[in-house]
Amino acid sequence: MSTQTVPAVVPNFDDEANAGRKLAIICSKGNLDMAYPGLILANAALGEGVETHLFFTFWGFDMILKSRMNDLKFSPVGNTAMHMPVGDMRVPASLAPVPGMQAMATKMMKHQIAGLGVPEVPEFLEQIVAAGGHLWACRMSADMMHVDESDLYDDVEAIINASTFIEMTNGAQLLFI
Amino acid sequence: MSVATIEGYEVHVNEEGFLTEYDEWNETLALKLAENIGVEMTDRHWEIVRWLRADFKEQGETATTRRTQTVGGFPTKEQFELFPKKPAKKMAYIAGLPKPHGCV
Repeated sequence: MSTQTVPAVVPNFDDEANAGRKLAIICSKGNLDMAYPGLILANAALGEGVETHLFFTFWGFDMILKSRMNDLKFSPVGNTAMHMPVGDMRVPASLAPVPGMQAMATKMMKHQIAGLGVPEVPEFLEQIVAAGGHLWACRMSADMMHVDESDLYDDVEAIINASTFIEMTNGAQLLFI
Repeated sequence: MSVATIEGYEVHVNEEGFLTEYDEWNETLALKLAENIGVEMTDRHWEIVRWLRADFKEQGETATTRRTQTVGGFPTKEQFELFPKKPAKKMAYIAGLPKPHGCV
């Protein structure tokens, strides 16, 4: 193996280039499997020094409702990619709605996620807030579900309407999940 | 593989400047690495860096900020305060470790 002597390189963490970079993630799903993409990306963006906003709307409210956030479910119904626990078999579509299937699939998925050292939703939100992330709830969803700020996870900064969200994410990169 | 001289020590580095050999690191070097990226080392910075080194030795991979909190006991918020903006990468760089591979 050949080695070459180089001048000492200092990694370019590029704090300046990221200045002003913003990411806004709209979380609109309340299924366990659809909660994670937004959380993981938000956490990664914050770790890269990117200003990050999460906006919860419609079924995404289940991620921030105190009464539900600890208990998201995963359903194999309508998911043609659902793997069997062993081998490379797909779960037959006819089996997906069988009683007990959702509970079993949820339990398995939680187990796999925990096995990777990835936290459950409430703890993940706590980490995102600790890393400087911002959580917002959708006004129309709150009105539809008859909930107010007291029903929501404490670190949700406010219930805001769509135009406020558009205003505050001026120049941001946007993800709809 | 490249060799660079930092504080009089000849060390192997990758193209970004991260040390690639665990045993070539020492605390004099780390002080210089920290200075390179504008981090002023306090006792708390050292605690984290030393924990990261010990954890790497056991695990064979660099702890993510998540692991640094849950296993190391250093709160996420504090990691961001001590190593602003990009704690995971900055901690790894100063500790002479590769960037973490995990997503969370």
